[in-house]
Amino acid sequence: MYIEQFVFFILALITLLSGWFVVTDRNLFHAALAMMLTFLGVAGLYVLLDSGFLAATQLLVYIGAISILIIFAIMMTRRLMKTTEPAYNSMWQGALLISVFSGAGLVYVIVQVFGMSNYLQKPDTSDAVLNGTVVTLGEWLVSADHLVIPFEVASVLLLAALIGSIVIARAEK
Amino acid sequence: MIPLSWYLVVAAALFFLGVYGVLARRNAVAMLMAVELMLNAVNINIVAFWRYVSPEEPLGVAWVLFVLTVAAAEAAVGLALVISVYRSRDSVVAEELDSLKY
Amino acid sequence: MDILELLKATVQFRVFDYLRELYGPNLYMEAAFDLVGILTVSTFCLLIVLFLILWERWVIARIQDRIGPNRVGKWGMLQTVADVGKLLTKEVIIPRGADKPAYIVAPLLIVMASLVVWAVLPFAPGVIGTDLNIGVFYFLAVSSASVVCLLLAGWGSNNKYALLGAFRAVAQLVSYEVPMVISLVVPILLARSMSTQSIVEAQVYPFFAVVPLSAIIFFISALAETGRTPFDLLEAESEIVAGFHVEYTGMLFGMFFLAEFISTLFMSGLFATVYLGGWNLPLINLLLSFTEIGPIEFANPDALFGLGRPLALLVFFAKMFGTYFVFIWIRGTLPRVRVDQMLDLNWKFLVPLSLVVLLVVAILDKILFSTGLATGPTGDLIRTLAHLVSNIVIFMGTMEIVRRYARRRRAENASVPVGVSAAVEQEDMKSWQPAGTD
Repeated sequence: MYIEQFVFFILALITLLSGWFVVTDRNLFHAALAMMLTFLGVAGLYVLLDSGFLAATQLLVYIGAISILIIFAIMMTRRLMKTTEPAYNSMWQGALLISVFSGAGLVYVIVQVFGMSNYLQKPDTSDAVLNGTVVTLGEWLVSADHLVIPFEVASVLLLAALIGSIVIARAEK
Repeated sequence: MIPLSWYLVVAAALFFLGVYGVLARRNAVAMLMAVELMLNAVNINIVAFWRYVSPEEPLGVAWVLFVLTVAAAEAAVGLALVISVYRSRDSVVAEELDSLKY
Repeated sequence: MDILELLKATVQFRVFDYLRELYGPNLYMEAAFDLVGILTVSTFCLLIVLFLILWERWVIARIQDRIGPNRVGKWGMLQTVADVGKLLTKEVIIPRGADKPAYIVAPLLIVMASLVVWAVLPFAPGVIGTDLNIGVFYFLAVSSASVVCLLLAGWGSNNKYALLGAFRAVAQLVSYEVPMVISLVVPILLARSMSTQSIVEAQVYPFFAVVPLSAIIFFISALAETGRTPFDLLEAESEIVAGFHVEYTGMLFGMFFLAEFISTLFMSGLFATVYLGGWNLPLINLLLSFTEIGPIEFANPDALFGLGRPLALLVFFAKMFGTYFVFIWIRGTLPRVRVDQMLDLNWKFLVPLSLVVLLVVAILDKILFSTGLATGPTGDLIRTLAHLVSNIVIFMGTMEIVRRYARRRRAENASVPVGVSAAVEQEDMKSWQPAGTD
């Protein structure tokens, strides 16, 4: 079982380290690449949590779509290869203080509530149940007793976002 | 044996990295990237709780799917706004977009 | 351990099962099995490219009434080996001002992405990297992530033509992903599973005969996804420099080619798996089951002298390389499309058509099962025929719409003199503005 912990540490390290680069790297293109690495690390954590389906979705949506959108936006909004402007605004020290302190507070709460006794290990769910999650999920998404309304609302939201972003970004003639 | 709290701590750290990015970055695209980090941190939490508390029901997974949907919509509209602002103001630095102040 | 038994197990492709039986469950042994499996599949993929390139050049040469490579080795068999030797010895040049990590990582990543998807391709019953319950979805996820590599390469080169080429490539790959995903949902729906192995087993009739439209849409988008003729305008070797990999030299350049050939072969393999019945012989088995011989049981370890798996592998290879041959054939036959035609074909033709096919198949399947028509001994036949007829009707309807549209366009253009109509075409092309080039 030490293997699992080892993998967890590697993945957490990748996620947090590349997350650090996302918020600090002055070269925005490199920050976007680091962000992809973060997404990959998070996908790895999903695999560790026995949800290969979500890992694949993460790959498809975040790396395959959102990252590419962001890279396109970076390339379209700056002069190519120019990275001279400072990365931070004037209140970055305050931001650092706020996030460090509230982060420490949250970690303290987590350790107090969950660290000592609760959920020290995953429940022993059989592989059949875990593999069946995708099937049940598919049924839930279209069944009137469960999630069909959120599902439809999500599709309307996507349609609205699609049309809206085209209208906003279109150059006026 | 990985306790649930480890995942929560990683997610918390990632979330506050995102908070820091949103507050401190100048470039609007970089702020959007930090928001994506925060959404990912939330997703880690949801999946971890799903796996540790109720793995029989796919509600946690469905929740993450909806978060992904919202994230995709947010990224599309946000970046469209950024590009539109860049067209009219020739800048995507959030501090400089302050004409509503005056 | 009996050496003869081991040899027998090797010939029957059951070496892992045999060792597992012998030594019981063992974590380290499983890890070693995984490693051996990964090494075998990736070595196969990398070496088969030597043959694929040669084969392609021979076939194209025959189509164009030439002789093709015939100098190095017997019948030119060592031509690609010599080419690879040349690429390996060339200097790797990194342009000034290049984004070094991005520039170097891009070709490595693209080869990795093209190799990783082979994990879910079923070669024979039980011979598969890992039978994920989301197999097809996994392939889609990885292939969508590989788009990033092109952007990396284009950006890292510090060359505006490379960057523009990368933009073109991404526009093409992202758009053709849409019909590909939608058309792949149809066989998933028919098989009630995303696992590739279950899709193979679910094909009593090959899905190519059940939903030919979905198969054709998938094939066209696979052509575009791998950037092959007639969709090779990312590269367009006879028109523009080379697209996103202008600056690459030596083996870094060779890696892009390697990845292209590997992923094309994978697409053929996936087509054979999802639409042609994979390692199984659906139609032949169906006919045989009416005779005394009975269907061929590839998965049964006692049938076929225990050689079920190797024979199934042969069947699968025949289908995979047959599909690959069609890829080459198309390359030798069709001219390249223009960029606006490429996008029009996708958004105005393939995407709506695949959506219609998906809707009709879903509703029809639901009706067939809720009325009980698709159950019972003749259920499969009725289901197949119903889907086939609906596909043909959709196809005829689409063709009628396209014909009317073409007639209207021709009538509009008929009043214009010839030279002017060419100018109108030019104007049409201008109306398509590539993203990010303003």
